[in-house]
Amino acid sequence: MVMHAKDKNQSRRAFLKTSVVGTGGLMLSFNWLSAQTDTWEGKEVRALENVRLSGHIIINADNSVVIYSQNPEIGQNVKTSMPMIIAEELDVDWNQVSVEQADLDTEKFKRQVAGGSQSIRKSWPVLRKAGATVRALLISAAAEQWGVSAIELRTETGYVIGKSGEKLSYGSLAEAAAKQKIPKKVSLKKAKDFSLIGKSVMNVASREIVTGTAKFGIDTQREGMVYARLLHAPGFGQKLVSFDAKQALQIKGVTEVFEIDNKVAIIADSTWTAIKGGEAIKTIWSKPLTSEDSKVQRKTLLDMVNAKGQNAKVNMGNVEQGFKKADQVLERTYEAPFLPHNCMEPMNFFADVTDEKVELYGPIQTPENQRRAVAKLLKRSEDEISLGISRIGGGFGRRLNGDFVLEAALISNKIRKPVQLIYTREDDMTAGVYRPAVTYKFKAGLTDGKISAYDLSGAGINMRNTVRPGTWPQASVPNFKLESQSLESHVTFGYWRAPTSNFLAFAEQTFVDELAEIAKKDPIQFRLESLKQAIDAPFGKVRYEPLRMIGVLKLVAEKSNWETKKKGLYRGVSAYYSHNTYVAEVVEITIVGGQPKIERVVVATDCGIVVNASGAHNQAMGAVVDGIGHAMYGEMPLENGVPQHRNFDTYKALRNSEAPKVETHFVKSQKAPSGLGEPTLPPAAAAFANAMYAATRKRLYSQPFSEQGVVLQ
Amino acid sequence: MDLQVNGKKYTIDIDPQTPILWVLRDHLKLVGTKYGCGIGQCGACTIHFNGTAVRSCSIPVAAAANVAITTIEGLSEKGDHPVQKAWVDLDVPQCGYCQAGQIMTASALLSQNNKPTEEEIKLGMSGNICRCSTYTKINKAVKQASENL
Repeated sequence: MVMHAKDKNQSRRAFLKTSVVGTGGLMLSFNWLSAQTDTWEGKEVRALENVRLSGHIIINADNSVVIYSQNPEIGQNVKTSMPMIIAEELDVDWNQVSVEQADLDTEKFKRQVAGGSQSIRKSWPVLRKAGATVRALLISAAAEQWGVSAIELRTETGYVIGKSGEKLSYGSLAEAAAKQKIPKKVSLKKAKDFSLIGKSVMNVASREIVTGTAKFGIDTQREGMVYARLLHAPGFGQKLVSFDAKQALQIKGVTEVFEIDNKVAIIADSTWTAIKGGEAIKTIWSKPLTSEDSKVQRKTLLDMVNAKGQNAKVNMGNVEQGFKKADQVLERTYEAPFLPHNCMEPMNFFADVTDEKVELYGPIQTPENQRRAVAKLLKRSEDEISLGISRIGGGFGRRLNGDFVLEAALISNKIRKPVQLIYTREDDMTAGVYRPAVTYKFKAGLTDGKISAYDLSGAGINMRNTVRPGTWPQASVPNFKLESQSLESHVTFGYWRAPTSNFLAFAEQTFVDELAEIAKKDPIQFRLESLKQAIDAPFGKVRYEPLRMIGVLKLVAEKSNWETKKKGLYRGVSAYYSHNTYVAEVVEITIVGGQPKIERVVVATDCGIVVNASGAHNQAMGAVVDGIGHAMYGEMPLENGVPQHRNFDTYKALRNSEAPKVETHFVKSQKAPSGLGEPTLPPAAAAFANAMYAATRKRLYSQPFSEQGVVLQ
Repeated sequence: MDLQVNGKKYTIDIDPQTPILWVLRDHLKLVGTKYGCGIGQCGACTIHFNGTAVRSCSIPVAAAANVAITTIEGLSEKGDHPVQKAWVDLDVPQCGYCQAGQIMTASALLSQNNKPTEEEIKLGMSGNICRCSTYTKINKAVKQASENL
């Protein structure tokens, strides 16, 4: 494909040559491609009429266009928004376009990952260049046919147009286009000329979803396929001692039961028999571990953050001196529980291992990593392994971890049959890969109403890092320290939507609300002054742009009418930078029967250029409600290593009647797009908690809030 | 036993205690109905039983004799039920996994109450979990569908 650079250094050099020229927009040098003596991996004639022009694009003779969406679709809408970027530069009518999910193909695509809110940000230049290059090839083919110079030609929604209005469809030019030389330079559109990017474009899978024809991983059915279920240890750290499968094997349809990787596998002819088979097995496990207990761990984490001088990640100035000189000092501790992801589609995967090949298919956020891991596990070459990506019923970070892919591969390797592994909800919720429990201790000194010393100590379970150096309020504070510690545990770690930020933002932004109150300042004003300090007289370097944070704070103040107070309406504000995106939120509540009713959440986001307005609203809105919902109810306590919730009867998820109205606003920008699947989640809980304080004068220091008597109205 | 699903008759040989959900999915290959919790708590498996919304994960197939079952695949011939149209029009789905259940709940709700208030919609839709939190869009879509019935 177009962007397939063999030499990383060459690729970088090419990228750096990007420059703005004249009136023609952006020019890009494809010199690494010309260095490849005109070979172009994607240039293959698929059929006489259909020419595949790059890894991403097929142009058919009838002028219809197929765009392959390279990244896994977990609900973040990349299957719509990534092809939109290509279509914009290719200059085709969106109605001409159909979208297909690409399989894992590291020859054609780079970074086929759904994670870190990076799909759009990382692929933005690649997809634009892919579209623009193919467009240039089509123009070049038309120029050749007409015997004119390419400079005289332009394009319009799927046609190359000549000087006197003559036109040729892309479809009629496709075959010739594939034989053209890759141009050294292509011009990209100026942001102001975008006709598709920025519009509201409907999810390309909508019709399939609403008619029940969209196929998720769990819907996989193949000839000769068997179903597998795995029983895992009831508690973390327990080992399988023995099992009795006599009863299970008497169930019609249960064919095999065996131990695999400290679990018991049940093989059956249907999902239901596999589920029932699992219930009929008697297992004996080693003794539960009393250390793997939420109460014990919570106390240990607290002791850890109270112990001084542990693993400083940042240490500037002298915080102790700063506290001594400060007018006021505030110290607060915040605690978060384990959280399961609870994707609506439980974990599952298909594997078919034979002597010749390994076929993998299903819902996974990190296909490339899993192919590598399966190759290592089964001692097979990666060339023998194919991996197809299904539509995915929710990711939230759970499917970055491929434990279930390896399990499916192991089972199929053993029984040498095509296998669909399926987790029941109980298997899924109790299997771990949780957002780790974490505790933060903040201490800050105020001098003349400004933060003069700031010391944050975090301790999390199996968390390599609990803090985020380089983000606010770093650079605004002369004495600044961040410490992080990890408590080792058998509980498996998982990235959960907006890892680290999802709770750190709550702690930080409620702490800052208290600081503003002590400083007798409006909480937005307090933040703005601090950000101004980071611009005018920064203490060291940071990796965010304070000016853009100021921008979203001002936008949220305007859109929420922050200055206008209304009787009985209580407001809280919060602002946070994550995934290269700036977000400020205001939550408005009223009190009904002594409990909060969220009237409105106003969200201001600066994520650079918005690719799909409707998709962007959906992401921003969904993540806010997700953040408030989990802050309200989310919790997975462990007793002697055993997860205490197994299903949605006791695990409380936010329901429709509790979902607040979310208003989303985006900063108008011509900067390249940044993340959007996650960044509106982190500030939400703090904005709500700060509104709660405004209403009740009571602070919230731990999640879930429901444990502290908060009930949403 | 005999089953009637989306107007078609099926004869199947199966343990009568098998939940309808798994009969639909594994045996009749109607996989639009989704598994979410298996205990009637999340609504992903919602189907119509003589027009009423029920949780197919919690009803044994034995209870389905002489019942007209409708699944998402059979809600409308061309995918143009007002609820389906509103869902597409308002760009409701994110991951999409729970949406078949949401649509089956919404369409049954509207068949019993064709002009629900905002509160009635919220309450009626509260048995269905959406992990992507598309709730407010779902409510708008139900409202829009009610105006186009």
